[in-house]
Amino acid sequence: MEEKSLSYGVEQKKSTPYEVYVHVPFCLRRCGYCDFNTYTAVDLGGGVSRTSYADIVIREMNIVKRWQEEHNILEPPAHTVFFGGGTPTILPAHDLVRILHAIDQLWGIEQGAEITTEANPDTVDADYLKEIYDGGFNRVSFGMQSAVPHVLKTLDRTHDQENVISNIDVAKRIGLRSSIDLIYGTPGESLVDWKTSVRAALNLDIDHISAYALSLEPNTKMGRMIAAGKLEQPDDDDEAVKYEIADDMFESSGLSWYEVSNWSTPGNESQHNLGYWHNVDWAGLGPGAHSHYNKAKIRSWDIAHPKMWGNSIQNDEIPWADSEHIDDQMNIEEMAILGLRLRDGLNIEQFERAAGMKIPEVTLDELLREGLATLSHGHLIATRRGRLLNDSMISQILSAVGI
Amino acid sequence: MPNNMAHNQPGSTDQSLIRNFCIIAHIDHGKSTVADRILQLSGIVEQREMRDRFLDRMDIEQERGITIKSQAVRVPWVVDGTEYTLGMIDTPGHVDFSYEVSRSLAACEGAVLLVDATQGIEAQTLSNLYMAMDNDLAIIPVLNKIDLPSAEPDKHADEIAGLLGIDASEVLRVSGKTGEGVDELLNRIVAEIPAPTGISEDPARALIFDSVYDSYRGIVTYIRMVDGELKNRQKIRMMGLGTVHDPIELGVISPEMQPTKALGAGEVGYIITGVKDVSQSKVGDTITAESASAQQPLPGYRDPQPMVYAGLFPIDNAQFPDLRDALDKLKLNDAALVYEPETSVALGFGFRCGFLGLLHMEIVSERLRREFGLDLISTAPSVTYDVTMEDRSEHHVTNPSEFPEGKVRSVTEPMVAADIILPKEFIGAVMELCQDHRGNMGTMEYISPERVEMHYTMPLAEIVFDFFDQLKSRTKGYASLDYHESGEQTADLVKVDILIQGETVDAFSAIVHRDKAYSYGVMMTKKLRELIPRQQFEIPIQAAIGSRIIARETIRALRKDVLAKCYGGDITRKRKLLEKQKAGKKRMKMLGHVEVPQEAFIAALSTDEPTDRDTKDKIRAAQKAN
Repeated sequence: MEEKSLSYGVEQKKSTPYEVYVHVPFCLRRCGYCDFNTYTAVDLGGGVSRTSYADIVIREMNIVKRWQEEHNILEPPAHTVFFGGGTPTILPAHDLVRILHAIDQLWGIEQGAEITTEANPDTVDADYLKEIYDGGFNRVSFGMQSAVPHVLKTLDRTHDQENVISNIDVAKRIGLRSSIDLIYGTPGESLVDWKTSVRAALNLDIDHISAYALSLEPNTKMGRMIAAGKLEQPDDDDEAVKYEIADDMFESSGLSWYEVSNWSTPGNESQHNLGYWHNVDWAGLGPGAHSHYNKAKIRSWDIAHPKMWGNSIQNDEIPWADSEHIDDQMNIEEMAILGLRLRDGLNIEQFERAAGMKIPEVTLDELLREGLATLSHGHLIATRRGRLLNDSMISQILSAVGI
Repeated sequence: MPNNMAHNQPGSTDQSLIRNFCIIAHIDHGKSTVADRILQLSGIVEQREMRDRFLDRMDIEQERGITIKSQAVRVPWVVDGTEYTLGMIDTPGHVDFSYEVSRSLAACEGAVLLVDATQGIEAQTLSNLYMAMDNDLAIIPVLNKIDLPSAEPDKHADEIAGLLGIDASEVLRVSGKTGEGVDELLNRIVAEIPAPTGISEDPARALIFDSVYDSYRGIVTYIRMVDGELKNRQKIRMMGLGTVHDPIELGVISPEMQPTKALGAGEVGYIITGVKDVSQSKVGDTITAESASAQQPLPGYRDPQPMVYAGLFPIDNAQFPDLRDALDKLKLNDAALVYEPETSVALGFGFRCGFLGLLHMEIVSERLRREFGLDLISTAPSVTYDVTMEDRSEHHVTNPSEFPEGKVRSVTEPMVAADIILPKEFIGAVMELCQDHRGNMGTMEYISPERVEMHYTMPLAEIVFDFFDQLKSRTKGYASLDYHESGEQTADLVKVDILIQGETVDAFSAIVHRDKAYSYGVMMTKKLRELIPRQQFEIPIQAAIGSRIIARETIRALRKDVLAKCYGGDITRKRKLLEKQKAGKKRMKMLGHVEVPQEAFIAALSTDEPTDRDTKDKIRAAQKAN
């Protein structure tokens, strides 16, 4: 990795790692709670289909690379690669591998880099997993969501826990590391249901788990059902209790929190996701994917609709819908937003340097007194209460420095 | 434009050709539509320029379909080859603005009584009609909306004929929508409304009947010339104030402002003095020429008395001077608005404002928001009380927070005489409503076989909240209400305080009858529990009379607000959300550590009857405990 002397957003390191994210906007079916940029059709128009997708993404990365060069951004070999969606594993395994190899040819991939794909337990089997492992992948993130049939049904998920267990067994045998995603707060999910899911997740004996409160968007099928009174409205208090249950059970099984919604055994944190919270550089490929470049102080995002996105690439243009310049104030806001989610905490000295002022003692005292945070080696670290009340804490810190 | 236009020049129109009239009508009875139709028929507004409600200039007026400020338009109309000049003065229809009606009446010789043929006459129209009759105005009764299938012109013509003591055949029938009968109405105005009888040769005397602040022109003063003549650029004197001005412009409105060389006796027009000081153009004052002054001013107006008081506070206290400026500007064309600085422990610096009624209050605060961009909290409206203590000291209370502590001997509250017109099938429902609001029934008359007019004496305080809404809902919208001041009475009134986290919030205190104190306390605490967002700590909300707690609710502590996912694109979204929350927070008021949204402060405005079981149980429990 070459040495650079740039000014970075959150972490002031000598060089900033580079990550690549590939969004795959296809799903077999749309889940009622999901508002992600994903489509169930095979052919999305404008030449963008499941079969052509890999080629188009590869064209996009060439355009992106050209843009980087035009802006004097010389990225080091990728530190991590992550395929998300949608359902990346809806594509043939060799397409995922082809995309990965194209990344390697264009930017290079660091030795030992973390290379993950999300997977729906329904769409993979032993052959599939073997093929991607041989192609260079070393980590799979399974969307388990719950182990309780009626909860999975409410979430429109078609897999069952047996799928998850067998896929993770296969992955382990092959040498793939696994992570799973859980969702809590689904309408109709009892505390007992949730404990059942957490226990089932722990029984998988894996070293990384993400657990997310169901976030409800009004423009989803589930959002509309709740608005119409056909499903129970998720309750913050119930979710808080479930968060605490999960946190207790994970911690006592040796999985420690390292970000608000992520737990792992030591050393098995998701390097890719840590990159987001450390505000590294990343190229986001695929419809709606976001990119971030510290040197250019820019966040950009691809056109959301695959057809328009594809058109733009056919025209040899960078397929961005828009971008924003990260000014000083935004940078300070991002520091607080990202830093307080992490077990590493917010680097106070760095934050104060960016803000151009000290965080007043009274604010820090108040956060400590209210049991929202602790101080350790110059870092402000959220307690469990502070993790749950992260929003309030972010506002308090920002308003204390006049933002 | 018809070629008969503009033959009668302002300043040289013979009084015998002038007819000044206003239109008395209830809201929604179609006054503006008829007025618009008159403008169109006269040819001064062409068809294609016609937009609905030409005369309602203020946004709020257009939106709410009501008229707040009068407009005075000069309209030509030809009868048998002679061109007449009609001065049409638009008048407000709502009870809060009846004082504006009285000003318009003084500028006219006649009134068109416009009644919706589907509804019949309403209480406020009736009261304005009586006012017009007291002013010796010629009345032309008209039924509007005869094009509607639900119109019952025969029935309502009988009703009006009965009220005026005329034959039902004399009630004109028109449709503002189709234009049917409107030309006949104009002919009748010419035939029946007397010409002005001022003395053209006398020194000029003009009555100021309205004054409007226009952001482009400054202060525009509407005048009715009574005697003599005023010339453009002629120095004028305000007789009441004794000030002298060099007017910039004299003119008529037809229907846009049109400068003229002069205005003569009997004419209606406007004058722009160029003065910026709002107090320099007083409605009711008489304008005369400085060079040849009149000796006696015209009879002016009695200033309208505010009936309802409320506090207006800028959310951002730095906006206090802006609020003062804005009130000064509104005051110019709203003599009824009174205000003086007020300090609230909870809300900081603001103004205690007096209004004619709730609608007036709403309109003023809405104009402050829209036209002056102010972010305001308004406290619950209150009437004024006279409190006598055991030690015989006396206190005039315009603000519940001024209610004295200690042993109270008596409290006196203002009363109103209320007239309610309603279809007879709702008599029972209305009697019950009035009794609930401490009303005493007087007489009741049938104005037609189907409709009655009921007379009540009631505490004003009972009317200023939501009496009118409830009246409407209990009579399916068929009842109408008019009221005027009518003495005072002593009553068993107490102050109910609301405490948030143990601290009294002065802005929430209310003076209510002892019998209603418990339900007020329970309902307010419940409402606040719903309106105040959960915060990091538990927030007790209590209602108290003196030191006695009568109701309590608790807002549980917030436990979770964190965003579940914060990956690539979520970062931008989260930052934008944060900025939005920050903007939302600015609209919150900090009471101690508690963030209270603006809506909480108007919660006390609606005191709907409790319907849910929990509220009823709590009220019963509170009453039992005391």
